[in-house]
Amino acid sequence: MRHHTTGRRTTVSDDHGSIFDGLIGGDSAQWAFGTGFEDPLAGVDTTVPGGVDHAELAAYCLMLGDDALIMSQRLTEWCSRAPDLEEDIALANIALDLLGQARLLLARAAAADPGVLPALPDGSPVPPEDALAFFRGADGFRNVRLAEVPNGDFAHVVVRLLLFATARLALLERLRASADSVLAAVAAKSVKELTYHRDWAGRWFLTLAQGTEESRRRLLAALGGLWPFQDELFAAHPVELSLARAGVGVDPGAARDDVAAVLDQVLAASGVARPDVAPLPGGGRHGTHTGDFGPLLAEMQVVARAHPSGRW
Amino acid sequence: MVSARERASEVAAQVRDPEMPMLTLADLGVLRAVDVERKPDGGEVVVASITPTYTGCPAMATMRDDLVHRLNDAGFPRVEVRVVLDPPWSSDWISERGRAALHEAGLSVPGPARRAAGPVALTLGPVRRALACPRCGSAATRLVSEFGATACKALYTCTDCLEPFEHVKEI
Repeated sequence: MRHHTTGRRTTVSDDHGSIFDGLIGGDSAQWAFGTGFEDPLAGVDTTVPGGVDHAELAAYCLMLGDDALIMSQRLTEWCSRAPDLEEDIALANIALDLLGQARLLLARAAAADPGVLPALPDGSPVPPEDALAFFRGADGFRNVRLAEVPNGDFAHVVVRLLLFATARLALLERLRASADSVLAAVAAKSVKELTYHRDWAGRWFLTLAQGTEESRRRLLAALGGLWPFQDELFAAHPVELSLARAGVGVDPGAARDDVAAVLDQVLAASGVARPDVAPLPGGGRHGTHTGDFGPLLAEMQVVARAHPSGRW
Repeated sequence: MVSARERASEVAAQVRDPEMPMLTLADLGVLRAVDVERKPDGGEVVVASITPTYTGCPAMATMRDDLVHRLNDAGFPRVEVRVVLDPPWSSDWISERGRAALHEAGLSVPGPARRAAGPVALTLGPVRRALACPRCGSAATRLVSEFGATACKALYTCTDCLEPFEHVKEI
């Protein structure tokens, strides 16, 4: 309870009397992560390089950011479900790294072209990267389908992460030379994180391939099921090609051979043949997604959408 | 006479990392710069620049709040905390004093980080780090996981004294 001195008398305000009184208002630093809005690009120069189309740069950042966000969401579903605690923590760590990458990239998209932001009620405190993550519909997302297909068993997440991290690492290695200083910096940082992700997935791939008959059977099943989604990773969207020409983006097709070389290295060490399966065409970069994407978004967005003016 | 910038730098350099409080942000290499800028209204603003250890580091907001509060308390009412992304943080930036503090607190200190230039090689074999158990000093250690309780740490076990310990990862 608070005591207010009002001239003649001291009153005790009794409109609360709750144990939370001491927590509300005052020093926000007592909260673990603070309460104020925090711009992940605070102080970073987000000027778009000359000659670069703002809308194209924003769309490109959404592609890279959405891949990370949706992959992170699928990995997060593994929380408390991995075969042992260490791997549970590993998957959560990888999900957190990707969420961090997504946050910077979505913030960069909004800074490049605020036109990508979905409409929110007047006065909504939702920061731009959250608006993009939680208030876009499925057709606004530009992620590849490999990131969104539903989870399976442990072999499935190992294979998915191997394919995803290998391709993303090869792409971002090249993006370190981007003419956009924000993209170049995010890429340089992400490469270090993805190196750990790819190593984790590669080692588990090898372990499962050479483990028991059952672990190998499951690994091969996951590999056969996910391999067809790879093609979409290298099929360049017009925006990717345009920005690659401008020295800002990377043509994913240019990374294809490097990715194949790394995967061949893993397959050879594991004694597994390259799957002979037809590629699945995908339109994730154009906003065309699988039927499983809607439920993923519903779960990810439901709380934010219920409180578009909420403060967290 | 000590300048405002020097005083502000000294205060900021004392702020500790929220997840590894044995380290100051300066010793961790996260505090990149402290400057005093004059604003158009004539007032002075302390600008502290920090860089995340990992992109998803959830401690960034706490670091920012801690810096603002400590500087406010030290008589700098206007403080701005800026994010620096380039160059990316490296464990190589942890100072000698920071390394000693980590060791003192029972953590294993990182070795030299991998080189960033050129294509990154895949490491399929077991991870080999020349490190010693921070508790008993034995070199007989086993990597439990490359991912630990925070983004920046790996988990080890000493096969001599059997105690688990954390290793700050090279990045």
